[in-house]
Amino acid sequence: MSDTDARDLAYVASGTIPPSPPPSSEVGVVHWLRENLFSGWFNSLLTLAAIAIVVMMVPPIIEWALIDSVWTASSLAECREKGSGACWAVIIERFNQFMFGFYPPEFYWRPILAFLLMFVALAPVLFASVPRQLLWFSLAYPVVAYFLIWGGIGLEPVESRKLGGFLLALIIGVAGIVLSLPIGILLALGRKSHLIFIKTLCVVFIEFIRGVPLITLLFVANNVLNYFFPPGSNIDLILRVVIMVTLFASAYMAEVIRGGLAALPQGQYEAADALGLNYSKSMRLIVLPQALKISIPGIVNTFIGLFKDTTLVVVIGLLDPIGLINNIRADSAWNGIIWEFYAFVGFFFFIACFSMSRYSMYLENKLKTDHR
Amino acid sequence: MTEVATERTADRTKMSISDEVAIQITNMNKWYGDFHVLRDINLTVYRGERIVICGPSGSGKSTMIRCINRLEEHQKGDIIVDGIELNSDLKNIDKIRAEVGMVFQHFNLFPHLTILENCTLAPIWVRKTPRRQAEEIAMHFLTKVKIPDQAHKYPGQLSGGQQQRVAIARALCMKPRIMLFDEPTSALDPEMIKEVLDTMIELAEEGMTMLCVTHEMGFARQVANRVIFMDQGQIVEQNEPEEFFLNPKSDRTKLFLSQILGH
Repeated sequence: MSDTDARDLAYVASGTIPPSPPPSSEVGVVHWLRENLFSGWFNSLLTLAAIAIVVMMVPPIIEWALIDSVWTASSLAECREKGSGACWAVIIERFNQFMFGFYPPEFYWRPILAFLLMFVALAPVLFASVPRQLLWFSLAYPVVAYFLIWGGIGLEPVESRKLGGFLLALIIGVAGIVLSLPIGILLALGRKSHLIFIKTLCVVFIEFIRGVPLITLLFVANNVLNYFFPPGSNIDLILRVVIMVTLFASAYMAEVIRGGLAALPQGQYEAADALGLNYSKSMRLIVLPQALKISIPGIVNTFIGLFKDTTLVVVIGLLDPIGLINNIRADSAWNGIIWEFYAFVGFFFFIACFSMSRYSMYLENKLKTDHR
Repeated sequence: MTEVATERTADRTKMSISDEVAIQITNMNKWYGDFHVLRDINLTVYRGERIVICGPSGSGKSTMIRCINRLEEHQKGDIIVDGIELNSDLKNIDKIRAEVGMVFQHFNLFPHLTILENCTLAPIWVRKTPRRQAEEIAMHFLTKVKIPDQAHKYPGQLSGGQQQRVAIARALCMKPRIMLFDEPTSALDPEMIKEVLDTMIELAEEGMTMLCVTHEMGFARQVANRVIFMDQGQIVEQNEPEEFFLNPKSDRTKLFLSQILGH
């Protein structure tokens, strides 16, 4: 059709060549397999090795966790008589303790209700399709949750030291996540400020907090922080921990968001300026929406790190899930169990963190408007 | 050189100039650190004037027009825009920026907003125009630049020429009295330059005061009533376009013109 060569300089296309389907070697299952699993001898070897590892590892795990496992027993000895697999009976017997710590059982409905309402409060924040009026509830939720969990206005008060387990992990984790994002944004903007005082303050704060291990900060929260409050004020230990975890996470958050701010082309700032938008409007409408979008993977990474770090509160004697493990193992009936506890706690954290990770991917996809 | 704009001929009779001063720059100087970028710039722009600024790269032409809406700060001299003196008073800066529209070389549309949202943002948040009305204005100007059907797309889905026309519409939505163009066609493919220049010619015919940094000499010939040549931070020569192109006075201008028109 297109017979062009140098001996015949003049050439005019006789028409448009119609598109045709690709050859069969470029589509279908066989193509996918060849492309992804067996593209060369090295890749084929890796594929076979991976299959071998899966075959060796997965059946024993399923056998241990499901087939040979024991779900009802009153002690470890009974468990071992009944089956050679995992002894989930301990988790079932101590389930409430894992969830609520030493929260009074007659009030379990309160944290459960607070937990369910949390999803109602999160829905309008996370998904744009939920009616916007619900945001008012999201704003009120922290107060509602506080009174539900700690009591007051008609509800029987519950002391902080009775809180434990996943309830405690969620309180510290969610409070830390919700507070660290806005503080991180302010710190990042402060670090880019032209006002030398604000800038220095933010830089010193970020570098100091980032340079210190979280455990140190938790010890400070436990022992030293009281000196900074007015004498006589007895600030709740959980509140002190939440403050420290939040400060810690917001320093990281600030640096993640600063990366997003730096990634934004200078032209965006200039266009906003040229249109007459003042600083706060250009930040709110132009700069932050784009910078935060760029930073989503880093932000969620920090969230996940923060959530897992809540297990560190065990070092100052709070009974989070890890703290409870030691507590339960002290019971002579269950002495000797290890794997089941960590598998269970690990599973819980995995579900929470994996959800956050999936949500971040959903959000990145939804906000993709640059069509690059 | 590029003569792509010649298809659409501008009607000079429509372009009237008033005696009212739009921009008055006196003895303006600017330094980047030790480097003296702008040297004793004196320029009076009357309302309705179309000024084309050309010169080699690094001559300070972009910097000069960016000083007019304070994207760059000048260190010495005075700039008075629309009767308002440009100094460090933030209120004056915001007032001037709302009156002066700017079009950039790289369009600088907001990629996270639709075309319509790009155009309504400043009227709604700066001018406090009600949303419905701002959208009407935006559609009016999008129709004018001939892309009303793209209003609900995102900038990334448009071609370069379309994006630049949206950028012009976005600036016009603020109903500015002065428009600054900073090399508006330099980042475009030849086929798209024409559509952007056509839009600018139309704007000139409506009497808009325009300052345009560009190398489109065809555009300068057709539309400008004054061409300014800058080199090494100063205004070397200015004249009306015919004289400027046919009869350049300074050697530097002659060299520049021979280089850009020579092939």
